[in-house]
Amino acid sequence: MSAPSYTLPKLPYAYDALEPHISAQIMELHHSKHHQTYITNLNAALKSQAEAVHTSDITVQVSLQQGIKFNAGGHINHSLFWQNLAPASSSDAKSSAAPQLLKQIKATWGDEDKFRDAFKAALLGIQGSGWGWLIKVETGKEERLAIVTTKDQDPIVGKGETPIFGVDMWEHAYYLQYLNGKAAYVENIWNVINWKTAEERFLGSRADAFKILKASI
Amino acid sequence: MNSTLLRSTALRSALRTAAPKSAARAGIAGTTFVRGKATLPDLPYDYGALEPAVSGQIMELHHSKHHQTYVTSLNNFSEQLAEAQHKEDIQSQIALQPLINFHGGGHINHTLFWENLAPTSQGGGEPPSGQLSKAINDSYGSLDAFKEKFNTALAGIQGSGWAWLVQDTQTGNIQIKTYANQDPVVGQFRPILGIDAWEHAYYLQYQNRKAEYFKAIWEVVNWKAAEKRFQ
Repeated sequence: MSAPSYTLPKLPYAYDALEPHISAQIMELHHSKHHQTYITNLNAALKSQAEAVHTSDITVQVSLQQGIKFNAGGHINHSLFWQNLAPASSSDAKSSAAPQLLKQIKATWGDEDKFRDAFKAALLGIQGSGWGWLIKVETGKEERLAIVTTKDQDPIVGKGETPIFGVDMWEHAYYLQYLNGKAAYVENIWNVINWKTAEERFLGSRADAFKILKASI
Repeated sequence: MNSTLLRSTALRSALRTAAPKSAARAGIAGTTFVRGKATLPDLPYDYGALEPAVSGQIMELHHSKHHQTYVTSLNNFSEQLAEAQHKEDIQSQIALQPLINFHGGGHINHTLFWENLAPTSQGGGEPPSGQLSKAINDSYGSLDAFKEKFNTALAGIQGSGWAWLVQDTQTGNIQIKTYANQDPVVGQFRPILGIDAWEHAYYLQYQNRKAEYFKAIWEVVNWKAAEKRFQ
């Protein structure tokens, strides 16, 4: 039985390109080790799953689900994360690169600062490992923005939900540089948010946001 | 359970509820609630004393910053809880419960963790003896087989959390259990030995190579402390 095999997507910038806000050492470990491990474990689990489907072993299929969710989530989250970051010197890292999204943010939270404060508070409220996301939610009548947090590597895959940008709040995302000072990380990450990518995800379809995953098979 | 490091009256009571003793429970239920403030316990060894298994830098940050933050937040939310109870504001009381669980759990877990580690010069890494040793051998075959199972449990934690050797207060049996985030070992189970699998516990020294941390930590496990908790 064959199962898809995912590969590590290339970073769209150099490991040191997000300095001084995220160190090159963090980026290299985070991408080449942590993200790679999720992919390696995902591929192994998918292979086992394909075998279990082939042999109609339903108990094994069920027992593999949590591992698939965790490792696939890790792959999905990190793939989206690398794309929604950009070097601070880039014009993509200015919120002016997302005019339509910004308009909706202002309509939702009042102004950009209030949105950032709400996002930062959500990030700092995570107990343990997890992520904070700005997402687009299709209600059936309209599209809304929402800030959500997810635990561990749970991905944004709910019906009608499109991730706009995410911030990794696992300690491995900041600890080597910020140690226990995660509030400073949550402050500095705004310098490297890729608003151009955010605008594209906001205006595009759900499938568009996830196309990086198809590209890394 | 040896919880001399836990100085707060309220927390000592909370910990005692894990033990099936009616006298300890009466301590909470039968009195006017006077809160003791939780304080950061002193480490029973120097920050550098667990090297090379755990670096001095990790120990200092872990104890003086991370554990301190749990203590500070626990006191803060406990105060808010007391106020909400005073006002009979049930919504606020419920909203505060996850925060008490998280920060109170962080305080309990770290307090027990410092105590169940020791430098090799103070017995760290020396194998258990007596009843606990017998229970481990009866349950897992050998200490090495137990460690292997424990390390597999640690490696299997998805996100932040802890692995514990616990004792079932109903059956007396021991088992390995993992807990998410700072969920403490309370209720049916009694904590015997805990290992912190949060990234802050090892990342500065081991980075993504957490299996190496899980292997090294046994060199500084204080089995004497674990034996005292085992009943």
